[in-house]
Amino acid sequence: MVSSRTYNMVVLVKQVPDTHNVTSNAMKEDGTMNRSALPAIFNPEDLNALEMAIQVQERYGGHVTVVTMGPPTAAEVLREALYRGVDRVILLSDKKFAGADTLATSYTLKCAIEKIGDYDLVFCGRQAIDGDTAQVGPQTAEKLGIPQITYAESVVNLEGDEIVVERAFPMGKELVKCALPCLLTVVASANRPRPPSARKQIEYKLAATPLEYRSLLEKWNEFGTEEALDTYLAARHLKIPLWTAADLGADEGKLGLAGSPTQVYKVNFVVLETTESKEVLANSEGIAALMQELVKEYIVG
Amino acid sequence: MANNRDIWVFIEQEEGTIAEVSLELLAKGQELAQTLGGQVCGLLCGYEVGDLAETVIHHGADRVLLADHPELAIYRTLPYARVAADLVRERKPYIFLFGASPIGRDLAPRVASTVRAGLTADCTDLQIGDYTSKKDKQVYKDLLYQIRPAFGGNLIATIVNPTMHPQMATVREGVMRRHEPDTARQNATRQGVVEKIAPTFDARDLALKVLSRETRESQVNLKSAPIIVAGGAGVGSQENFELIQDLAHLLGGEVGASRAAVDAGYVSREHQVGQTGVTVRPRLYIAAGISGAIQHRAGMSESSKIIAINTDPNAPIFQIAHYKIVGDVAEVIPMLIRALREKAK
Repeated sequence: MVSSRTYNMVVLVKQVPDTHNVTSNAMKEDGTMNRSALPAIFNPEDLNALEMAIQVQERYGGHVTVVTMGPPTAAEVLREALYRGVDRVILLSDKKFAGADTLATSYTLKCAIEKIGDYDLVFCGRQAIDGDTAQVGPQTAEKLGIPQITYAESVVNLEGDEIVVERAFPMGKELVKCALPCLLTVVASANRPRPPSARKQIEYKLAATPLEYRSLLEKWNEFGTEEALDTYLAARHLKIPLWTAADLGADEGKLGLAGSPTQVYKVNFVVLETTESKEVLANSEGIAALMQELVKEYIVG
Repeated sequence: MANNRDIWVFIEQEEGTIAEVSLELLAKGQELAQTLGGQVCGLLCGYEVGDLAETVIHHGADRVLLADHPELAIYRTLPYARVAADLVRERKPYIFLFGASPIGRDLAPRVASTVRAGLTADCTDLQIGDYTSKKDKQVYKDLLYQIRPAFGGNLIATIVNPTMHPQMATVREGVMRRHEPDTARQNATRQGVVEKIAPTFDARDLALKVLSRETRESQVNLKSAPIIVAGGAGVGSQENFELIQDLAHLLGGEVGASRAAVDAGYVSREHQVGQTGVTVRPRLYIAAGISGAIQHRAGMSESSKIIAINTDPNAPIFQIAHYKIVGDVAEVIPMLIRALREKAK
């Protein structure tokens, strides 16, 4: 029973602010966030999802398409995906997508995946570090009407129309078998994502979406017009396709802010009371005195 | 059913044991019901789990919806989501709460998407209040304020869902306090009814099969530890992190960690303290080599005594520390260990 078929895959990725490295200088004096101090990065677990898809491709063949929804600058994560060897990338960008919560986001992604069409597996990271919700994967699976396998750690086997996946939780593991197509959300422990290939980096560093043409023309004025640049890039497979709400044929009432049931009522900064602290010298006398004090106050028994 | 103010809680059970977080949510549900005036209803799914219904009532449910079926023996997304979504569509609860456990975080989004409801992940507090929508300028009374850390735990956001009900949320384990069981609350009395549900599944609900599973008990219990010794990136190496473990062991405490230490692989994620980990209130918290990102401090600032050790005298952790030790963890922790051994002699 050796399967000779190949598998077409879609990987959903997101560009996020690097919230894990919020240092004190990323917070302003008034307690607000200094966003410019937070670099935009490839969501870490989405890199694990991408790696898992590329490994499946290496083992079984098939195509890998990477999709992201975001502002024009999100094209950067698509170039990062091209540097790692994927076949095709697509940017979903439209003002109508803005302000989407997880339900509206998953609807948009569902429309894009259905437009791509022929797919066997959808991969995404378990969660994105800017929201930590872990909702978009399951909600996209539901909208597509396919099963979901969350917390996926490894693809154990793929044969015919069935996949065997190991899931990993903080408190255990589970081995599941599922009919294709299905969606996997991938955990950080799944693999070590490969670095970008130097050769691909050279090959694709000029890859751009139409939304970037204007700023590119400022650098390369020899092209003169966006049309000329478009023709040049398209001929060299360097044009990153842009899909808008109209391209997706989406129901606009389900997109962006309009399609989002949840609304942010307010945002507070975490304010903590400061404490008067006692300085303890970092030498054996200082430490011994501290220990005596803790014992006396019954803090250490 | 515009006036339905019922609050549903998904009762998570595994091999006949109800998850703590479900009991915590029943207690919170009762509190919300006092303001709203609805019933608290537990949705209990599984196979041969009828005995648990009474426990659910004792912990605060006015009604238990019991879906007992062989296909529900082991948790799987699709059959569980089918039961929950069908019931939501039929009965239209006002609020539906889940634990933010691996199961809750797998199930709740699937159900929310099916019934097209709003869902907020990982709440740390729930309140009832009014809201004036920015979209339509309308005033919505008695909404569920879904309060959660945002932006990596650096901010606290209050989320509302004005119209697309139920108002669904997953809630962090351990942040709500459960009630002691009240055995006076019994089945078939006015306070507590068990209603059996007969679920039906089609082939698509059964597309996934569980081949095997292994679970282990958590070796870490940060929530109830009286003393926590926690290490951060400033510990510097896995080797130095053993010093943290030694000190925790000597003090009879538990090992904690900042997200940076977990990300660096010094210790497993179960040890993570902070808004994105576990919130703790021990008698003594020793923060070693932790600079004190706001999300970490917010998860431990209510500790009775805090000792902070850091080479940077301006590290934010010192703002909330009772004892400030400016120095290298690799030197200070051995001194603490020696002082403790001296004391024991």
